[in-house]
Amino acid sequence: MQPVLNQLYFSDRYNELLDSSGQARPHWQALLAQLESEEPTAMRKRVEAVQRQVRDNGVTYNVYADTHGVQRPWDLDVLPLIIPQDEWQHIAASVAQRATLLNRVLLDVYGEQRLLADGQLPPALIYGHNGFLPSCVGIPHYDNIALHSYAVDIARAPNGQWWVVSDRTQGPTGAGYALENRTIISSAFPELFRDLNIERLSGFFASMRDSLAHWGHRVADNQARTVPGIAALGQGEPPLVVILTPGPYNETYHEQSFLAGYLGYPLVQGSDLTVRNGVVWLKTIAGLKPVHAILRRIDDDYCDPLELNAESLLGVAGLTQAARLGNVLIANALGANLLQSGALLGFLPNLCQSVLGETLRMPSVATWWCGEPAALEYVIQHLDDLVIKPAYPQVRSSPIFGEDLNPGQKESLIAKLRAQPDHYIAQEQVDISHAPVLTSHQSHPQIGSLAVSLRVYAFATPNGYAILPGGLSRVASGKDARVVTMQRGGTSKDTWVLSHDSQPPFSLLRKTSSSQDLVRENAYLSSRMAENLFWYGRYSVRNLQKAIMLRATIRALLEYTPEMRDGEWSTMQGLCQWFDLLPNPEDEEAIASWQPWTDDDIEPLLIQAVFSQQSSSLATSVQQLFQQAFNLRERISNDHWRTVNVLSRLFITRHQHATLQDALSYIEQAINHFVTLTGFAMDWMTRDLGWRFMSLGRRIERLQFMCVLLSRALSMPQHSNLEWLLQVTNNLVTYRARYAAQPEWLPVLDLLLMDDNNPNSVVFQIKGLVKYLEEMDAQDNAGGIATELNDCWQALLQLDPDQCFTAGNTALAEWLNRTYAVTLTLSDRLSLRFFSYASPLVTPGH
Amino acid sequence: MRYQVEHQTVYSYDTCVIQSQQLLHMMPRQTDFQQCVSYTLACEPSPAEQSRRCDSFGNHNDYLTLLTPHQSLEVTSRFQVDVQPRPTMQTLMQSPAWEQVQAMLQLQGTQHLEATPFIYATARVKCSEALATFAQTCFTPQRPLLEAAMSLTQQIYAEFEFDAQATDISTPLDEVLKGRRGVCQDFAHLMIGALRSLGLACRYVSGYILTHPPAGQPRLVGADASHAWISVYCPVNGWVDFDPTNNCLVQQEHITVAWGRDFGDVSPMRGVVLGGGQQQLTVSVTVTPLAYAAA
Repeated sequence: MQPVLNQLYFSDRYNELLDSSGQARPHWQALLAQLESEEPTAMRKRVEAVQRQVRDNGVTYNVYADTHGVQRPWDLDVLPLIIPQDEWQHIAASVAQRATLLNRVLLDVYGEQRLLADGQLPPALIYGHNGFLPSCVGIPHYDNIALHSYAVDIARAPNGQWWVVSDRTQGPTGAGYALENRTIISSAFPELFRDLNIERLSGFFASMRDSLAHWGHRVADNQARTVPGIAALGQGEPPLVVILTPGPYNETYHEQSFLAGYLGYPLVQGSDLTVRNGVVWLKTIAGLKPVHAILRRIDDDYCDPLELNAESLLGVAGLTQAARLGNVLIANALGANLLQSGALLGFLPNLCQSVLGETLRMPSVATWWCGEPAALEYVIQHLDDLVIKPAYPQVRSSPIFGEDLNPGQKESLIAKLRAQPDHYIAQEQVDISHAPVLTSHQSHPQIGSLAVSLRVYAFATPNGYAILPGGLSRVASGKDARVVTMQRGGTSKDTWVLSHDSQPPFSLLRKTSSSQDLVRENAYLSSRMAENLFWYGRYSVRNLQKAIMLRATIRALLEYTPEMRDGEWSTMQGLCQWFDLLPNPEDEEAIASWQPWTDDDIEPLLIQAVFSQQSSSLATSVQQLFQQAFNLRERISNDHWRTVNVLSRLFITRHQHATLQDALSYIEQAINHFVTLTGFAMDWMTRDLGWRFMSLGRRIERLQFMCVLLSRALSMPQHSNLEWLLQVTNNLVTYRARYAAQPEWLPVLDLLLMDDNNPNSVVFQIKGLVKYLEEMDAQDNAGGIATELNDCWQALLQLDPDQCFTAGNTALAEWLNRTYAVTLTLSDRLSLRFFSYASPLVTPGH
Repeated sequence: MRYQVEHQTVYSYDTCVIQSQQLLHMMPRQTDFQQCVSYTLACEPSPAEQSRRCDSFGNHNDYLTLLTPHQSLEVTSRFQVDVQPRPTMQTLMQSPAWEQVQAMLQLQGTQHLEATPFIYATARVKCSEALATFAQTCFTPQRPLLEAAMSLTQQIYAEFEFDAQATDISTPLDEVLKGRRGVCQDFAHLMIGALRSLGLACRYVSGYILTHPPAGQPRLVGADASHAWISVYCPVNGWVDFDPTNNCLVQQEHITVAWGRDFGDVSPMRGVVLGGGQQQLTVSVTVTPLAYAAA
């Protein structure tokens, strides 16, 4: 395709792609050459591939006030932002310097407070900021680092210089998105990635892991030295690092779970942790495990309801005290939000001189803190050229552009500034640079240009800050290019840092050196994760069974006339009711007088059972399954996740005038996906402890269904058609291969109950369950949890098939009811013993 | 004067609590006018873990962790303190005009670092135009700081009604200002908000006050309560305490436990429990002047 360069928007802004004469800058030429050599269709394919990958990987950004529900797809432009090596070296050095400086300021404010005493920081910037937490004063920090993770938003001014717009010090978001952007864009331009030396991102995350492991070891040593009952880490035993998340409704939850999976850390919520003896413990299936480091995504004051914000339901009571005792490393240290203030920007050049003895390498956008009388007067005089922003996070106000205001509005803004000057800052309105973007006209992809800003990430190591070579570039949405944020809707870009050196492929996972380092079991399974896996197992089986039951019922309706259907027809309807797919009678009287639906009446009900958004239809069940899978995001593979995503999208569109045939076709598609999910569960997941909980869930759910199905089937007339029983249990093919006759009670029930080679038989479920539960009894002292089910098994073996395996048999019916009841209590007992946070937890060794 | 104080807190829960973490501000501070003679803390059931530290305001914090399943929790602090008289209003007349203090704090904050943490709005004490206006009837131009503060103490006492039913710990200041009723904590927050809205430094003090039984009647055990008042920063006289609930300059009948920016920094007992369901709270405080106790 031919990018029409001369049609690009020119202005007095810096253009990332073109120099002042309209020529492409050298570092863009390889990409441009690639684009120019291609047919428009090739470009369109790249765009589509990127969009498909974003969708299929389920990359989302949650917007709190989003009316479309929790999920919003991530917006990623195909064109990267390219930065040449020498320019990057300046950026990286500047960001490292700034992180070093801010860390020192943070240590001082919560420590000696010399900067306050010397008058280098006005007290208002500390005490007027609600991010200042008195409880955090005096907390010690390993290697004097409190600001472990830091990000900074930078943008380029018309003269080509990069300027700092704002600092992110609390729990900087976006590094995970940058990584995902890279994965997607690098597969869209594989040739360029092979030919250009683009800096890899994985080294940064490797050093992040190394650093956290380093400090984790220090914490472990401290625990072993000071806390009775905690032993030192064994040779080669890694410290336990967790990512603390506010949960799935947080705007960047997707990123948190992605990073957890990438870094190999458990993603935990506050309720997964508890503090005892001044140590943070992770509640796991195997008891409490001491935590050494926490990478947190929860805001400072929400981290500890005991000492900080008492209203927080997200945090861990006692966390502050654990940090104070040096028994946990929190990255970033509690209280770091204090630095996230535009008011600080103007003081940094002097602080840099006095604290580091260096000149600040990268200037901030000119910023005035109105708390200084002279600054306030200047701001009032020059309102037209300035943007007014809150100085502290507790001051709620959107950026106000002076030039937008009419005289009346200006008056009231000035009054607001004079009333509480220290609450506001003013920033120079900078015309930030434009980067090329691919406009989204699919038929004719074209290059346009939009204002761009770049978020750069730093992470502390014991030897200084490591900088992610790349970052999250964002372009403004729409015409108002003055504010670039993801919350307001914007598009992100991959960021390519060119290097002179060739980049070796690099994997984050280090090579294990000896057989001692081999790991056979993931060390930690949190109680919450075990519970999620258990319910994911139950819901996936329930969904599959619902779909199959619906399919059998709809087929019976379509394929047979009412006269051809027999006793099984009302039983099938009854089973649909058991699944809440068809409405249940409301009271005893209605149950007694219940009559099967006529064909005309049941048709719309069955269509609703598939598509309705209200009842427990297949469509809503699929959404529940999606939520369950979402909670497990870091445990399941990308392929697995993609299937869940595709499945959930199947039912998103509204189906106003669907027919039974439509319903059947959707059910068929859904069943295909469900079976794929079963394949992932059986063949693609490591059979560790977590898998066992999922498997327990699957088998309990299937056993319950089989008990209900067979107990209802037994009450059918002797001569009923049994083929549907084989269909809904997926046994028709097996039966036909074995018996060349119409299904009869004895062989059907033998196959469905007793055949332990048949994964769809009752005894198969029971055998597997008893095996797992007995192992749990042996390993985890689960209190004879297997006994009851084992009794059921023995009782089943006592039943005489010739006598019992026929319609109307009461002994078999009783056995089915008893086994059903046992599955119900089993589920409750598992949840009490392993999932419930309210039950007393056993510490290891006690 | 020596006082004995007993402060008992009882929580009853509907269902079993299996883990309880409590943070206490109950041990009295040492001050220029007060020395703690003895202090004991009793907890039933007995805690699995117990520790004490000094927070950044210099208050004593007790941490308790209970791991024994329980349906009621009883925490009792008992202590004796000696309290000396403080300067009277006559000796305090030498205070600068309040505008002068305001300017010092704003422009030379560095020289008044002990006061600067107490100038700004907090979660519970928001500053506002309305509060500033309320204060200005007492803080007239060039009036000496402490004289104006005494006058504001009187104004709150005169215009507000003590009413334990009108508010709870979450009632915002605006509502107290409009409703003109509340308890000691509301009046303390109100006065702090008014002074900070003028740019002055003011802190929240929690403790106890000696109450006087009606003439001829014995002192009732448990009839007292924890109390709250405020302290104003004066560059000449240091921190000076006023009690808007009782319309007085604090003298020898107030026992100081802790101070902070607002109630949230010093609440006598805050905790996080697992389980428990609904809870009922009973607090009883007895302040006994030991000289009288002997009689």
